[in-house]
Amino acid sequence: MEMSGLFFYLVSFLTMAGIYAVICIALNIQWGFGGLFNAGIAGFYAIGAYTAAILTSANSTRHVGGFDLPIIVGLIGAGLVAGLLGWVVAKICIRLKADYLAMASIGIAEIVRLAIINESWLTNGSIGISRIPRPLEDIFTGRSAEVVFLIFIWLMVLLTYLIAERLRFSPWGRVMRAIRDNEDSAASIGKDVQYFRTQSFIIGAIFMGIAGALSAHFFKYFSPDATEPLLVTFLVWVMLIAGGSGNNKGALAGALIIWALWSMTELLTQQLPPEWASRSSYLRMLLIGLFLQLVLQKFRTGLFPEKALNRD
Amino acid sequence: MIDFINYYLIPGVTLGSIYALGAVGISMIFGILRFAHFAHGDLMTVGAYAALTTVWVTGLPALATIPVAIAVTCIVALLMDKWFYKPLRALPTIYTVIASFGVAMLLRSSIQLIWGTDSQVYFTGFQKPMIFFDTLRIASRHIQFIVFTVLIAFALHYFLNKTRTGKSMRAVADDPELASICGLKTETVIRATWIIGAALTAIAGIFVGLDTDVHTNLGWNLLLPMFAAALLGGIGKPMGAMVGGLIIGIAEEICTYPIFGESLIEPSYKSAVAFVLMVIILIFRPQGLFKGRLL
Amino acid sequence: MTQDTKILDVQNLIAGYGKTRILEQVNIEAHLNKVAVIVGPNGAGKSTLLKAVFRLNQCFSGDIIYNQQSIINHETDSLVSLGIACVPQTQNIFPSLSVMENLEIGTYAANNPNVAQTLEHVLGLFPDLAAKLNQPAGELSGGQRQMVAIGRALMSKPKLLLLDEPTAGLSPAYLEVIFDLILQIRDTGVSVLMVEQNAKQALRIADTDYVLVNGENAFSGSGKELLANDEVRRSFLGGGAPQ
Repeated sequence: MEMSGLFFYLVSFLTMAGIYAVICIALNIQWGFGGLFNAGIAGFYAIGAYTAAILTSANSTRHVGGFDLPIIVGLIGAGLVAGLLGWVVAKICIRLKADYLAMASIGIAEIVRLAIINESWLTNGSIGISRIPRPLEDIFTGRSAEVVFLIFIWLMVLLTYLIAERLRFSPWGRVMRAIRDNEDSAASIGKDVQYFRTQSFIIGAIFMGIAGALSAHFFKYFSPDATEPLLVTFLVWVMLIAGGSGNNKGALAGALIIWALWSMTELLTQQLPPEWASRSSYLRMLLIGLFLQLVLQKFRTGLFPEKALNRD
Repeated sequence: MIDFINYYLIPGVTLGSIYALGAVGISMIFGILRFAHFAHGDLMTVGAYAALTTVWVTGLPALATIPVAIAVTCIVALLMDKWFYKPLRALPTIYTVIASFGVAMLLRSSIQLIWGTDSQVYFTGFQKPMIFFDTLRIASRHIQFIVFTVLIAFALHYFLNKTRTGKSMRAVADDPELASICGLKTETVIRATWIIGAALTAIAGIFVGLDTDVHTNLGWNLLLPMFAAALLGGIGKPMGAMVGGLIIGIAEEICTYPIFGESLIEPSYKSAVAFVLMVIILIFRPQGLFKGRLL
Repeated sequence: MTQDTKILDVQNLIAGYGKTRILEQVNIEAHLNKVAVIVGPNGAGKSTLLKAVFRLNQCFSGDIIYNQQSIINHETDSLVSLGIACVPQTQNIFPSLSVMENLEIGTYAANNPNVAQTLEHVLGLFPDLAAKLNQPAGELSGGQRQMVAIGRALMSKPKLLLLDEPTAGLSPAYLEVIFDLILQIRDTGVSVLMVEQNAKQALRIADTDYVLVNGENAFSGSGKELLANDEVRRSFLGGGAPQ
């Protein structure tokens, strides 16, 4: 790879890693703080992406909008819509065992996917929405534009991280941990367990929606293919568990490392003979699936176990 | 009216039979091992592909390959339990849920590696539907599915109520701690659970393959309605899951029936019906119709 | 008493849940064909002790000897075949199984060559159950459930029966019935180790008795001795003169 190719690869790698880091921290707020199993991350991500796309893209005759609004409006809108969806899911099954939440969230992701494909008046169906802007793109062009966007993404990561850390060390975070570790005793000291859980699920959903918006801006074009539920949902779970659930640093590190591993397996499988190359993506899935099992059985606490941090 | 029966009710019952067979395993695994098994759909896909290879090798009709498909699926199920679920047994069950999510991925990508991603069929050609009373049209394969499912339902009922293993399974589903206090070996019961769950889902997989085609997302796509069926019937109630499967299958088809000239929902949203029913159950009757366990 | 009559010997047991220690160096013995009762205030660790025998919590040190054999490392599901049966305080029946099925479950792990005879014996002890054999056990009243639970334990023809507060939540009328039954069960050759909240009544049927306080042995002796002991009366039986 020549230098500029490598440079673009690296920038795009870090940009995607940043987007995954936002989702991973968001999942940490749900799972790591609250013990809430969200198996429908792709749904929240997709609804955020489409909200931002519709709000910020240039006017189109093929679907509602685009409204050509500022990117910040798109981000807020994405967070709001995804948060609303999270509220609905939480309302239904927050009082039940985590498994039910997992089923319902998979269902919600499926409904979102169906709606995106079928409601073409809103989403332009399987063709997707194009002409999604990036911040400051009329000032910077070419190579510097990529770098500017990378900085923008990582500023968002930083913001997400700081908010999550703030939450973690706030009284709210302490209550959440108490609930997660012993629901009964938390309830007995007068904490409304369901209320706190609902909050943690909504906050997580908001950031997943924002991450969706960020990736819509990154791709500048968003279609149902980009919300492949497996890739988004599954990879993020592997990231969080490998990094260390309950710990935002772990979530961040997990996102970077797993995304690096994932991207490297792509480089590796490209070297395979052509008859295998076509199946390489399945081989990668197989490997990441096995990797998750390994982590679950041997390194459950992740790279950055929560405990060590809790003592301070 | 006859159109309703031909094009909505009978396909609904057929689809319901498939859901029913898959949901039995989900309900029992949830009841006995206490976790929602997200790889159950992909286990179904394993059964469908095992039958496919057997059909290719032997030239037998697909239904005749059921024993092979069951054997393969059972072995896969027991191995995945041994390798991926058993090591997590002592932990909170949510870890097993995560593991099953990963196993779903493992099974699917293995199938994609071995068989490729093109859709396949067990046989080519068109089956003429059988016509009764001049107007009632049923595809002969649908008759086979329904008859098979009814027979399985009877056999399952007998097994659960009359045999020692069956009663032990119900006891563990009721209260695993008490069951082990009573000296029942949980691991034996768990093995039986996997074998029955895998066998029935393998049969369902062949039915799906016969009805449409065999593809790598075959089982995963049916996971949601199967979960809904298991919840509707009540967790840990296999017979309830069968009834639940039937209800979900019929509901999905009927919702697209043009009652007043317009169908209740767009056919493209058919798979949302199961989800809506699931949500209604979770809100109003989370223990299911047949008083299953609320975990 | 001699070594030979000891069927269960809990020696210096330290046990609890997770990492929390609840029992500190507890010693309890149950003797052949006798009723041993453990009483004590709430939170004294009475149920913890029974659970420890059945390995339903953590034992940190000490030993549990059954018939001259250490069982502290035995799996829960292996104890029935050794001749120990346990009736937990709550959730002691399978609610969706019929009464008959509940009783049958009791025989699955046991070496019981004559199930029919045992069933007859159990139904003789609990005639109320005979009419309800096909009813789901979850539909029965509290007292009847307790009978199903004890009946299920007896179906395994145990040598030692562990009962965790068999009278909890039952009306006073049932109390006498259950205590009377326990004596009948003892007289058929079953040793009984029982945890009881209703100390006064329990002490009357006890052959040996232990008072646990704060996870430690406080008193032990025969039921009559403890009933006559002023301090025990004052502290646990609500005072009053010996009756």
